[in-house]
Amino acid sequence: MVNQKKVDLILNKRDIKLTKKRCSNYRIRILEISQKVSALHLGGSFSCTEILDILFNKIMTKIEKKLFILSKGHASILQYVILESQKTLSKFQVNNYCKKKGFLGVHPDRGNPGINASTGSLGHGLAMATGIALAERKTSNRIFVVLSDGELQEGSTWEAIISIGALKLNNLVAIIDNNNLQSLEKMNESHPNMYPIEEKIKSFGWNALSCNGHNSSQLFKIINQKKENKPLAIIAKTTKGYPLSMFKDPIWHYRSPNNEQYLKAIKELKNEK
Amino acid sequence: MRNKFAELIYKNGKKNNDIYLIAADISPAGSIKKFREEHPERFINVGVAEQVMIGISAGLAMRGKKPFAYTIAAFSLYRPFEMIRDDLCYQNLPVTIVGMGAGTIYSNLGGTHMTQEDISIAKSIPNMKIISPADSLELESSINYCLKNKKGPIYLRIGKSGEKNFTKESKQKWIFGKIRNIVNGNKIAIITYGPIIKLAFEVKKKFKNKSNNFSIYSCHTLKPLDKDGIKKILKKYKYVIILEDHSEINSLCSDIKNIAFDNRNKTKILSFSLKDKFFHTYENQEDMLNLHGISVEKIFNKMISLK
Repeated sequence: MVNQKKVDLILNKRDIKLTKKRCSNYRIRILEISQKVSALHLGGSFSCTEILDILFNKIMTKIEKKLFILSKGHASILQYVILESQKTLSKFQVNNYCKKKGFLGVHPDRGNPGINASTGSLGHGLAMATGIALAERKTSNRIFVVLSDGELQEGSTWEAIISIGALKLNNLVAIIDNNNLQSLEKMNESHPNMYPIEEKIKSFGWNALSCNGHNSSQLFKIINQKKENKPLAIIAKTTKGYPLSMFKDPIWHYRSPNNEQYLKAIKELKNEK
Repeated sequence: MRNKFAELIYKNGKKNNDIYLIAADISPAGSIKKFREEHPERFINVGVAEQVMIGISAGLAMRGKKPFAYTIAAFSLYRPFEMIRDDLCYQNLPVTIVGMGAGTIYSNLGGTHMTQEDISIAKSIPNMKIISPADSLELESSINYCLKNKKGPIYLRIGKSGEKNFTKESKQKWIFGKIRNIVNGNKIAIITYGPIIKLAFEVKKKFKNKSNNFSIYSCHTLKPLDKDGIKKILKKYKYVIILEDHSEINSLCSDIKNIAFDNRNKTKILSFSLKDKFFHTYENQEDMLNLHGISVEKIFNKMISLK
């Protein structure tokens, strides 16, 4: 294994301020799009906004961005707006999301700018990331994969967790967006024994840590901490639809707000800034 | 064929560091053991976990590696079907899925271990290519093709044990996507693929002094199918016999009949494919094939009744 580079563990005040601003802008942009196209997953995109923001803006190198996998493909609208802010996608391309002239769909398609894997069916991303991590074993690149907590119900996710632990792939970081809310109901109600998640993943030879998934400083610190000889799982405790309480209900898994709700949401987000 | 596969992986893997073998708890027969010992970083046993076998292969292919996902045919294709469809076919990644002991080869292990419908299923997915070599010689050519393949997955359907080298005398080279003449006659063509080619030779032999009338073709590439090659064969022969160790549904036989229909061809076509049925017989493959209406005797009798 290659030695880890020296990295910062703390986001300074300015960084924190910028991070908040970026996240707010991403959410506003998603809301804007939701007024033109109703096909998008708002709640699950808002829950992992801080996660993807920190990865794309403060953690991943140029090469690592080419290895990143969004296993919870339904949050691709968030990845599109981040890629737009980084000029990987143009405004025109994002404006044509789910439009006849466009090429960006509800789920990511490999081959589109900045998109490395076609996900959408859950439980695929972690295994693909395993293959990438194996291929990158002799490099200093880290492989980041973002999963939904619902994916923990897929057997294939556990096949990957077991393999990654056995292969000691310490170049792999899996971040689980633990918003505890799926299409139908809350995970702690449908699958109460899924908790504590950390212990289960740890038992397969991983390092697993929890943090507040909306706290960018915490995410930054955990991701950049000294690398152990184990893969790292971060259980990011999040809220679906964050920070807008109106999107907490499961119906917001796949729904766009009407104009009145949209205006209310924008107002709340602007006040947050 | 299993040992030949192991030997080829070992031989090629020695000089090509991009070759990875992702196995799902399949015994390391033949040279696989040597490959594992000498290149432990490129032999990954995921255990009884076929979904991750395909996912890992996809990830490796994304980074330019040459993965072979390897286990018994039934488990290499059926269990991880969605991973094959989404990770490999939809993303068009060059991964070889090796299905060992395909068709009715594992008859005595029961229906859970057989693949009566693997080609049919694999064929339905866009971007998938399918190769079924008749013997070790064709397997070698197939592996060479898989190693050169840069786009899209290949389902490599192989046999298990010590098949004779039936294609040795062929005057035609193995070319991906081209039906291949193995022995040449002028009245009747037997088109087949995979180790069941053995039966074609036995039928031919049974015709004794008339056996020169027979051509035998190996249709080793089932997708993309050599439609032009098949059209020519349908034109050339009065009778075409299709013999396959696979269900009659979405099979080579149905493909050839479609080609004949589209071209208003009047050739008499006889097909010997597996029935759309599960049988519970466990002694050997011969018994199983017999229940499906496939035996040297049955093919022979049907042929002598032809006018």
